[in-house]
Amino acid sequence: MATEGKGNVAEGETEERASRLAGETGVSRETEERASRPEGETGVSRETEERASRPAGESDVTASPAGEHLTLEDRTGLLRAMLSMRGIEERAMMLYRQGKVPGSFYDGFGQEAVSAGPAWAMHGHDRLCILHRDLAAHLIRGVAPARIMAQYMGRAGGITGGRDGNVHFGERRVGCVGMVSMLPDMMLVAAGLAMAFKLRAEQRAALTWFGDGSTSRGDFHEAMNWAGVQKLPVIFILENNQYAYSTPTTSQFAVDPVERAAAYGFPGVSVDGNDVEATFEVTRQARERAIAGEGPTLIEAVTMRMHGHAAHDDMKYVPAEQIEEWRRKDPIDRQVKRLEPLGVDVVALRSGVKAEIDAAVAEALAMAMPDGETATERLFADEPALLEDAESRWSGF
Amino acid sequence: MATMTYLQAISDAMREEMRADERVFVMGEDIGVFGGAFKVTDGFIDEFGAERVMDTPLAESAIVGTAIGAAVEGLRPIAEMQFSDFVSCGFDQLVNVAGKMFYRQGLSVNITVRLPSGGGFSGGPFHSQNPEAWFMHAPGLKVVAPSTAEDAKGLLIKAIRDPNPVIFMEHKHLYRRVKGEVPEGSYETEFKARVARAGSDLVVIAYGAMVHTALEATADLDGASVEVLDLRSLVPMDTEAILASVRKCSKVVIVDEANQMCAAGAQVAALIAEHAWEDLDGPVVRVATPDVPIPFSPTLEQAVLPQVDDVREAVRELLDF
Repeated sequence: MATEGKGNVAEGETEERASRLAGETGVSRETEERASRPEGETGVSRETEERASRPAGESDVTASPAGEHLTLEDRTGLLRAMLSMRGIEERAMMLYRQGKVPGSFYDGFGQEAVSAGPAWAMHGHDRLCILHRDLAAHLIRGVAPARIMAQYMGRAGGITGGRDGNVHFGERRVGCVGMVSMLPDMMLVAAGLAMAFKLRAEQRAALTWFGDGSTSRGDFHEAMNWAGVQKLPVIFILENNQYAYSTPTTSQFAVDPVERAAAYGFPGVSVDGNDVEATFEVTRQARERAIAGEGPTLIEAVTMRMHGHAAHDDMKYVPAEQIEEWRRKDPIDRQVKRLEPLGVDVVALRSGVKAEIDAAVAEALAMAMPDGETATERLFADEPALLEDAESRWSGF
Repeated sequence: MATMTYLQAISDAMREEMRADERVFVMGEDIGVFGGAFKVTDGFIDEFGAERVMDTPLAESAIVGTAIGAAVEGLRPIAEMQFSDFVSCGFDQLVNVAGKMFYRQGLSVNITVRLPSGGGFSGGPFHSQNPEAWFMHAPGLKVVAPSTAEDAKGLLIKAIRDPNPVIFMEHKHLYRRVKGEVPEGSYETEFKARVARAGSDLVVIAYGAMVHTALEATADLDGASVEVLDLRSLVPMDTEAILASVRKCSKVVIVDEANQMCAAGAQVAALIAEHAWEDLDGPVVRVATPDVPIPFSPTLEQAVLPQVDDVREAVRELLDF
């Protein structure tokens, strides 16, 4: 156990990672390097080794980092989820500017692959604790866009019925727990979900996302340590989008937190967070480890927050060239380039998504605002109301 | 019926529930092999195994946070804070995650968090606190505080079965000092107040260890008929029982072992001022710990914690009003 995580830390890697950020193949250098080491010492599964031993596949733009694990239908589903997320958030931002979304608005523009890939890799009976720039995860679990729009607008028909705002929600009927603003509190809740699976000897896993800023708080340590000690079936996804509000990662940590995983006794893997098939694949492998009883995995999805922290933030503190550099790595463009040569009708996909969002906005706008009289009701539960299963999306289940 | 200490009654409640319901398990620091700092879970690991009597890392935020995760997945964790004081390290998970979960997203959090609380034996500033008011002020958490062995068992069983987060204040000074008849088997005690002694001239309202202080202080008070109301539950607070006692007695002394500022007793006083002003025959009098940390040295500690004589004096003065 103590040797499992050691593969992550190699001299000079930190600088390499910082300069590399998003690799071309999607599978990170760490993973490739680790795959060349004896298995068992590294905790990375055989599939990675096999793939790493193949040519990089640069000549074939349609090649997937997930190899045979994704069907064309899966790959299209991933694109569709990302298109929906972007479309919903763009529309919601407009509604915010029109005064129809109260409070502020937080989006995950450019980070769609960070939530879509991992959510796709999880079984319907697995559990997710979803962060605020991870809308695709909700969509993949089956939450209707109209209820999401209503949620943003504080309507009675939103997931929280107007009791919490923007992306602070989790639909318990599809196995999701909504986030709180204190980050990364949900790492501990996810560890607790995994603890329940372990206590009941169930082959299920829990997954949670958290940001680069979160790694500075104590709950990060407590969750990593607890999960390592108890070898829990939990997947931690560090969404490294370079900024916590205005604070760059250089002011947040001295060493990339993915390297800390080794200190807790489990693997840490860095992945191109703008490649949806790579985030799927690395999560699929982590889930296999989890349900095989091999314990947690820390995944660092390297990405970029392309918009401000929230709608009010003009992000002047981010150099324009950094944004430009990342714009060229857009996760949706990338997936489109992969799938168009395979005959996927992306134009039809886009118009289908647009029609769905148009209908969702209309439906949400027709929903009532919650009755002020109900604000003091339903503070306590009379009966248990627990998490329920969603439908699995990945063809491999 | 069996005679048990307050501590044995708490153990008995957990044992009964763990035997009857495999969803129930206990978790905390040193509770397994060692049986807990106060031996409340002594022998549990032999009967239920290490998985259901879980020795955890020294991490209160994680104890509460993982308990929440296990609960929303259908288990019923009972988390022990080694001392109530350490719940400050788990405050965020309790207040922001557990307390708001059902209100925000309709997901119920069936956790019980046991807080061995209170002073009286030179525990000093970090092993003597009564932090119940912190949680009374946080919507979505229930807070109960038994004073007798019978109630300790019944309230704890009720808490374990409650689909909401319940903070269970168990007073350390009562663990072995208080004994009583405790019904066998499982029973629930409602989260409501109880009249510990009926009276008509004045009511002392208290909870936890202060119920015993109040009973002793007013046992023989120049023939006065003094009622003692044991709140038992702070959230929900039994407004009806409080107002009924006030209307009957017209004079009220409220005792808190907690620091007086915004304590449970402050809420009781506000309630009375708001709803029973016309029934009062004198000012509402409070006896509480002044707003200082609980000092270590016995002379200092006794100077701040409400003593029997303090309560007796306050009652006498108000009776003469």
